[in-house]
Amino acid sequence: MRDHPHMSETIVLIGTRKGLVTARSADRRAWTVEPLQFANKDVYAVALDTRRDPPRLFAGVGTGHWGPLLAHSDDLGATWNEPELAPIAFPEGSGAALARIWQVQPAAAGQPGVVYAGVEPHALFRSEDGGLSFALVEGLWNHPHRSEWLPGGGGACLHTVLTHPSDPDWLMVAMSTAGVYRSADRGVTWQPANRGIQATYLPEDQRFPEYGQCVHKVAMHPGRPDRLFAQNHFGVYRSDDGGDSWATIESGLPSNFGFPIVVHPHRPDWVYVFPLLADEERMPPTLRCRVYRSEDAGAGWRPLEAGLPPDPYHAAVLRDAMCSDGGEPAGIYFGTRAGEVFASVDDGDTWTALATHLPDVLTVRAALIP
Amino acid sequence: MVIPAALRSCAGGAREVAVEGNTVGDVLDDLARRLPVLERRLRDERGMLRPHVLVFVDGVMVRAAADLDTPVRDGTEVVVAPAVSGG
Repeated sequence: MRDHPHMSETIVLIGTRKGLVTARSADRRAWTVEPLQFANKDVYAVALDTRRDPPRLFAGVGTGHWGPLLAHSDDLGATWNEPELAPIAFPEGSGAALARIWQVQPAAAGQPGVVYAGVEPHALFRSEDGGLSFALVEGLWNHPHRSEWLPGGGGACLHTVLTHPSDPDWLMVAMSTAGVYRSADRGVTWQPANRGIQATYLPEDQRFPEYGQCVHKVAMHPGRPDRLFAQNHFGVYRSDDGGDSWATIESGLPSNFGFPIVVHPHRPDWVYVFPLLADEERMPPTLRCRVYRSEDAGAGWRPLEAGLPPDPYHAAVLRDAMCSDGGEPAGIYFGTRAGEVFASVDDGDTWTALATHLPDVLTVRAALIP
Repeated sequence: MVIPAALRSCAGGAREVAVEGNTVGDVLDDLARRLPVLERRLRDERGMLRPHVLVFVDGVMVRAAADLDTPVRDGTEVVVAPAVSGG
């Protein structure tokens, strides 16, 4: 139970390689960092479903020897529960077993109770009971391309699920290294949506395949759902036609490699990335811990570093370790593999350390709880 | 069945759980009915022991899928343990 039921607070869930950390703040300046939960377990996916009252929090936890699990909390993280029946399990006959939960994504507000989960091996699950039980989305699992989808460096993961603010039949997923796929019929059929995206690791004359691109993250602004942004394994892209085609927006960035991409919750043209030198050099260019922001949908970029560590920085920001909280003004957050989480409440102009000396950060999600 | 410390929270804190069956597989199926959250820490949804889970029947290690047919009798002690691995 919350101590102050009438006072709004912002909650930041931080999944790390060795446990879950929850931070809370009434003003997003002074933060209370709670003791680590799920100690020694990797937390690759967290989510806050604010469509519910009270909100439901999720943690996709890897327990090492004992397999993956999905836990939820209906008391803002004080206690976590696991349903008697495994919430996410491959059906008999699929021949597969759940290896890791990479993404838990509540659907748009118009689809109450619908929660999606992206997992490894490459698969999408849908819940219609608020995330207590999920069913495999068979249309994607049975896709004829499946046998050609290769695992990325992190595994055969479906790491991104986008839903449409007004069309419950529209779905988009991103998978490493299968690329982006779209459905217009709530997941029954799926088409690749990678036109214009380069696979730099393929031979020169085969660099624009129909699928097989190593997409790292895709983001959409709910107020402008036809516009999408993608950070790929070498390449930053924008689509203005719902994924029919993509064009590069990397001019002005110090590197086109990186993992996260985040859209400002109130300004559809504002986009954030954290560039890294290259796949073989996963550290920021010139060793400066810098977020890059575009205010014009990728036409230009500017570095943001006020308040970030001035020392040479060697840690990466992973694909789900940057987010916004949807607040007004918006809070932007990111966590690094050096175990630091930074927050900005002025759109990224200045940053403060929200938590330091954590295990390496895998994912960060935040929400304003009214 | 003797439960390792790391999993006792899935068994209400118990160190031992009474289960029934004629084989190791039966015993795990019985465990799935009694304590499903605990059972799925040991086996995946295909019914296969997770790669780093060891099961000992009266001191003898059971590992391969065929070993789940290993018979158990009244009073048999089934010990579950994590393999020493990981980092």
